[in-house]
Amino acid sequence: MSEIRYTKDHEWIRVEGDTATVGISDYAQNQLGDVVFVDLPDVGKKVAKGGEAAVVESVKAASEVYAPVGGEVIGANDQLSGDPALVNRDPMGEGWFVKLKLSNPAELAELMDEAAYADFVKGLG
Amino acid sequence: MLNRQGRPTAPGNDNGTAITTFTGNRGLDHEELLSFEQDAPGRCGVDLPAPPKTTERLGGLARRDAIGLPGLSEPQVVRHFVRLSRKNYAIDSGLYPLGSCTMKHNPRLNEKAARLPGLGDLHPMQPVSTVQGALELIDTLAHWLKTLTGMPAVAMSPAAGAHGELCGLMAIRAAHRARGDARKKVLVPESAHGTNPATAAFCGYEVESIPANEEGRVDLDALARALGPDVAAVMLTNPNTCGLFERDVIKVAELTHKAGAYFYCDGANFNAIVGRVRPGDLGIDAMHINLHKTFSTPHGGGGPGSGPVVLSEALASFVPVPYVVHDAKGFQLVEHEGAGGHSFGRLKGFHGQMGMFIRALTYMLSHGADGLRQVAEDAVLNANYVMASLKDVMTPAFEGPCMHEALFDDRFLKDTGVTTLDFAKAMIDEGYHPMTMYFPLVVHGAMLIEPTETESKDAIDTFVGALRHLAERAKAGDKERFAAAPLLAPRRRLDETRAARQPVLRWKPPAPAQAAE
Repeated sequence: MSEIRYTKDHEWIRVEGDTATVGISDYAQNQLGDVVFVDLPDVGKKVAKGGEAAVVESVKAASEVYAPVGGEVIGANDQLSGDPALVNRDPMGEGWFVKLKLSNPAELAELMDEAAYADFVKGLG
Repeated sequence: MLNRQGRPTAPGNDNGTAITTFTGNRGLDHEELLSFEQDAPGRCGVDLPAPPKTTERLGGLARRDAIGLPGLSEPQVVRHFVRLSRKNYAIDSGLYPLGSCTMKHNPRLNEKAARLPGLGDLHPMQPVSTVQGALELIDTLAHWLKTLTGMPAVAMSPAAGAHGELCGLMAIRAAHRARGDARKKVLVPESAHGTNPATAAFCGYEVESIPANEEGRVDLDALARALGPDVAAVMLTNPNTCGLFERDVIKVAELTHKAGAYFYCDGANFNAIVGRVRPGDLGIDAMHINLHKTFSTPHGGGGPGSGPVVLSEALASFVPVPYVVHDAKGFQLVEHEGAGGHSFGRLKGFHGQMGMFIRALTYMLSHGADGLRQVAEDAVLNANYVMASLKDVMTPAFEGPCMHEALFDDRFLKDTGVTTLDFAKAMIDEGYHPMTMYFPLVVHGAMLIEPTETESKDAIDTFVGALRHLAERAKAGDKERFAAAPLLAPRRRLDETRAARQPVLRWKPPAPAQAAE
């Protein structure tokens, strides 16, 4: 059974056991506009919660994608280098960024669930 | 930080009336081919005598294939570049309200001085004894910069604003290192120029962003909380990119120094305060001055930038080489400090942008101290006139008067279906280079207008009239016209996404036709 959680910086994380997949939310891709480049970390890199996990660049700006929780990068979505538009087309699925092996699953409790994130986005107007 | 400025990225709907012509030209505005596409092998602008018979000694280094330069006649070359220059929009062609860039008129007297044979024909490798006048000019310009800023030292060599930032931060890093203090962090407020965090990161520092308050100024409490023994410097832009004077600048300096950090000020907006505020009096340790903004030297493709950095007493000894000194033998260029020197080293070949030094000093001498003071007054007056003339139809981002640039947000476009980008593109049809848009990031759909002191009241009234007209049409529901803009420019709305995803970075000759079998 997987569960999905969100950060205030609009990353999502889907957890399955002690590994998780990270991407950016539909709201984030919509605000960024057309994504033109994604810079992904090397497998094996250790990231702290809130540390830079990737960079996403749209026509408007380059933005960091932060690790929702700490862990080790065990996979990166290589498809994004050839087709960065995947982030716009399917942000919650095929447009994922990295897979992490969680170092401290307890950190997940600090993140928002689906309903809380929906409320958070509504509050942004 | 996620960019949430509401900028659309898709090209507009091409539903305007595009008139096509047989030639592709638009009236007397020619559709110009690249010089390589005009290539006719063997065509040449000059008639050179055949070279005398020589023996080639290049061996394996001899050229094996064609050099690849296009064959063109002289009139072709002249027309090519004249036509291209007509496509360029420049400060010489009209009002250029690009906020944060200070696109002011470049006086022709500057150009005359820079072309004087005694200055224009110098070479940086000449013996110092033959360029005493040029060194005196650098020394005199340095004196003016130190006097205008109230600072004891200046590094003249940085080649542009961001290069000046780098110089300032390298001096700061050298000063910390000299006392064995390896600080890791630089604090940059959100209202600072975008180059500031880039410079700090390039210097190897970790960058921490300090939020802006409701008034568009640095949040002093947040800054105080972030300061600590690990902070090497605070980088503030003043006046900031919201066009506002950072009123708490002296407190920022005090807090910064109390924490053992240095205070860098981005002086890109010095035009608003030149002759009226001396940064040295505000507790600033280092500040670059864009000669190509405040002191009217050309920029934006018209010439190289130049970004001298003034330094406080604490940083003065770390100034990069070379620098000019004056002693009994005349002016000397110190290229190496030798033992006991603190200079952080060399930042650039030679001594800086000499041509820009000449132009900037000409500007200073022709204006005088009183004239420079009036530059700041008129620049601020013009920006406030723009803001006051538009505030009933557009929405100023912050209450109260501004400094040298007027910042609007996109609230006035709410529910019109017109975005800041559409509005900017429609300005092109009205004959204006758009203002800076979607920057600063702290304001949604930002439009940053800097008219500079160059513009007359008549010119600003016409500009304001055009913007009022556009704002009213947007509100009247004319969104198709905006979505299609520009209709009258040499090119219609460009596809920025495709340009970024599939960039064409160089021209390649078409593949040769396949030989018939």
